[in-house]
Amino acid sequence: MKRRDLHVVGHDVWKVDGRMLVTGTPAFTDDFPKQGMLAGKLLRSPHAHARIRSIDASRARALPGVHAVLTCENVVADPDPSRKDQFRRIAYTRAGQDYPEPSPWDYFLLDRKVRYVGDRVAAVAADTDEIAREAIGLIDVDYEMLPALFTPEEAWAEGAPVIHDEEDCENVLDRTRNHCAGVDVGLGDVKAGLAGSDVVVEGTYRTHRMQHAQMELHACITYLDGDGRLVVICTTQVPFHVRRQLARVLGLPIGRVRVIKPRLGGGFGGKQELVLEDISCALTLVTGRPVRMEMTRFEDLNWSRSRHPMKVDARVGAKKDGTLQAIEMIALVEAGAYGSHSSTVPTNTGNKNLPRYRCANVRFKYDAIYTNLPITGAMRGYGTTQGAFALESEIDELAERLGVDPVEYRLGVTIREGEKDRVSPRMYEAKIEGPDAGWPIDSCGLAECIEKGAEAIGWKEKRARYTKENGSGSAVRKGIGMCCLSQGSGVAGIDSANATIKLNEDGSINLMIGASDLGTGADTVMAKIAAETLGLRVEDVVVYATDTDIVPFDSGAYASSTTYVSGGATLKAAERVRADLLEIAAEMMGEKADDLDLVDRHVVSHRSSKKVPIGEVALFSAYKKRRTIEYTANHVSPVSPPPFAAVYADIEVNAESGELRVVEMVSAVDAGKIINPKLAEGQVHGALHMGLGYALTEQLLFDGKGRPLNRGLGDYRIFRADGMPRMTTILVETYEPTGPYGAKAIAEIPVNGPAPSIGNALKHALGVRIREIPFTPERILRATGKM
Amino acid sequence: MSEIELKLKVNGEEKCWSILPGDRLSQVLRREGYLSVKVGCSTGDCGTCTVLLDGKPVLSCLMLAAQAEGCEVTTVEALSDSKALHPLQEAFLDEGAVQCGFCIPGMVLTAKALIEENPSPSEDEIRHAISGNLCRCTGYENPVRAIQRVVKEGKGGSR
Repeated sequence: MKRRDLHVVGHDVWKVDGRMLVTGTPAFTDDFPKQGMLAGKLLRSPHAHARIRSIDASRARALPGVHAVLTCENVVADPDPSRKDQFRRIAYTRAGQDYPEPSPWDYFLLDRKVRYVGDRVAAVAADTDEIAREAIGLIDVDYEMLPALFTPEEAWAEGAPVIHDEEDCENVLDRTRNHCAGVDVGLGDVKAGLAGSDVVVEGTYRTHRMQHAQMELHACITYLDGDGRLVVICTTQVPFHVRRQLARVLGLPIGRVRVIKPRLGGGFGGKQELVLEDISCALTLVTGRPVRMEMTRFEDLNWSRSRHPMKVDARVGAKKDGTLQAIEMIALVEAGAYGSHSSTVPTNTGNKNLPRYRCANVRFKYDAIYTNLPITGAMRGYGTTQGAFALESEIDELAERLGVDPVEYRLGVTIREGEKDRVSPRMYEAKIEGPDAGWPIDSCGLAECIEKGAEAIGWKEKRARYTKENGSGSAVRKGIGMCCLSQGSGVAGIDSANATIKLNEDGSINLMIGASDLGTGADTVMAKIAAETLGLRVEDVVVYATDTDIVPFDSGAYASSTTYVSGGATLKAAERVRADLLEIAAEMMGEKADDLDLVDRHVVSHRSSKKVPIGEVALFSAYKKRRTIEYTANHVSPVSPPPFAAVYADIEVNAESGELRVVEMVSAVDAGKIINPKLAEGQVHGALHMGLGYALTEQLLFDGKGRPLNRGLGDYRIFRADGMPRMTTILVETYEPTGPYGAKAIAEIPVNGPAPSIGNALKHALGVRIREIPFTPERILRATGKM
Repeated sequence: MSEIELKLKVNGEEKCWSILPGDRLSQVLRREGYLSVKVGCSTGDCGTCTVLLDGKPVLSCLMLAAQAEGCEVTTVEALSDSKALHPLQEAFLDEGAVQCGFCIPGMVLTAKALIEENPSPSEDEIRHAISGNLCRCTGYENPVRAIQRVVKEGKGGSR
């Protein structure tokens, strides 16, 4: 598209839903009126691995106020069509993904087996929360205990008990070995590359289980409308996938299901799942009554979804002059009890990290293994986070071995504009083949990110000074470290978005999008793209999203897709409306459409300087021409242009106590053209906050029987306002020709930065490499031999 | 349990509600339509349920409603009307401090109480004051800037 002066894009505006949110106006799922709704509650398994010998819900069903109790006995191979309380046993995934979902179909509405502490055993719908809770306590279950497996190593061992021994699950790589998913892909010849290297570094990196901890708990409301259609109001990032997947699980036509996403109180990937929706719908279908379900914070924290723990073996080889010869990453991935996102998350561990280095020989292999621990899933960074920790630590080690400054080294080996990413097409879900297949890197500000970040944090001066000062023998050591990052912008060839724009007679527009703003500001970004294209102001745009009955299809908010893919659809729809407006205005004004432009609510002529309000053109079109201007446009991108970033950490660590303080983080991010600077910066700050927790304080822990040890946000420690380091954000603008107004994605990439940059700073401060996060005082003391 | 009567002032209006002795203040406020009071944990860890009780920030999920007898409760609904927002609310929007918005009512109330007590808090004092209001979206950076802006403009006490 043509570059021109921008009046809306690139300038800060109030978020379109901002007024509603700062005034606390009812906007979230739990804010809907609850009168007459049944309370839905789950009985969850107390055991990590067990078979249900028998289950007796008669006492619960007899309790006054109980309307339904569903157990595995209600989920059968051949349901009796005359019985409302029977559901067909169907294998499905609860991962909200494109059809057919690439995740293993290994879940059943209610099953005869439980596979983690917290797994669903039964569901109750009752008049009140109290009655539902009491009924849960009256369900008698006889469990046959099975040996439980808590690490991928033991679960993958030959002869280990089989977690998914049911024969009707689908798309599991090798269920007899608890092998959920895996790939082994590459480019060139890694063995030869390593053999030809002058320097080879290798290390094993371990990452842990963390959680989204979004402020709004998972919740849903399900009911039958006057037409008997199933309506689902829920905390979801993927309304259209939820609709399609629910229809299949419940045996309903897709057209009989309607999914509404109100405002979301954060998602970060955790809401790319059917967390409660499937079972709540079942309760509504059985009772015919509205049902509401909400997780407690304890449930949400431990039993919604979490980041995949991984062990990554990384090897990197280079010539003496620094030229990279080979990069190999082999990941052992813990899926947990079900395979939600466990085939796609680990793919990104390789394919979103490897492309940023110029290297002819790369190999990435992962194996995702079931365990009897809670389900992992999608989370901001989506596998890239774990891989970045391993690769960026190794690149630092390599620079050290080569005797080069890590910043200088990275400037020499990272990808530049005009080069090709040959790695991604070989690993991507879209599976684009061909010997020279590669995605052109049309926008890359990585070198500038590295340079500007180094300057902002004072890299050269501090690196030298800290090295000198640390030799003085003081317990408090200082360190400075950095890393480079890349991610993607949507899923190439798969993510599909639509936008509908209706021009109103006053020149305002209704913008209906399937995109799902989960608190990030996506609705605002879409409004700005439409306003910019149509010469309107943001307040002239009424954004409506998301209701599957009303808005056009969108894959959903994930994979950093919204600005790039949904924004692309919005731009196309707006361009069509623009073309019509100009054509009609040309007739009204006696001008040629080519001479006209849309500027600040007016059609203006460059030739004659005539000026007509857009509202007058719209009115003329609607009532004189009898021509309604309304378009829906679709957008799919064949590529996924990576945003790039360099993240720097300046730290202090006490070598005696292990106490670590991050003083400052500088992030320089190339996300293409920035649509709204303050919201973009907010994405960087929020991602760093999450990444800091990942690197330092957050970890889900379980006891020896698979029972959660974290009780809530009191002992699962996300950073508070008074613990945050100083944060400096630099937006390095580039122009991505395939993105709307040159934009790429920004929401995920910075989350990958804290672990490797702090790890590299720790190496600088203490001289030891710590290859496991979180960097707790205990781990730091062990690494320095003080414990 | 039998119901008891609760008399209190909410956002300047006298209220008399029937409650159960075990009802939490957050539950009662939400039931009575003050839906700006969010519940993110019910264990006093997240701060989204923050309201002002006689001008001081409290976690309404950790209080029995009965403990508010005779008190004056302020929720974010009181800070704005259809025409104007509170300067803190405007500053939050100006600074891009609102993402999902779930924690914002509680954070705005905490900030309001802080500025009323200390009209010129330092950045550290601001961060300390809102340290009980967890936010997963913003990293607190833009909210802190928003509060600093109101402090600088000397508008914190209005409304």
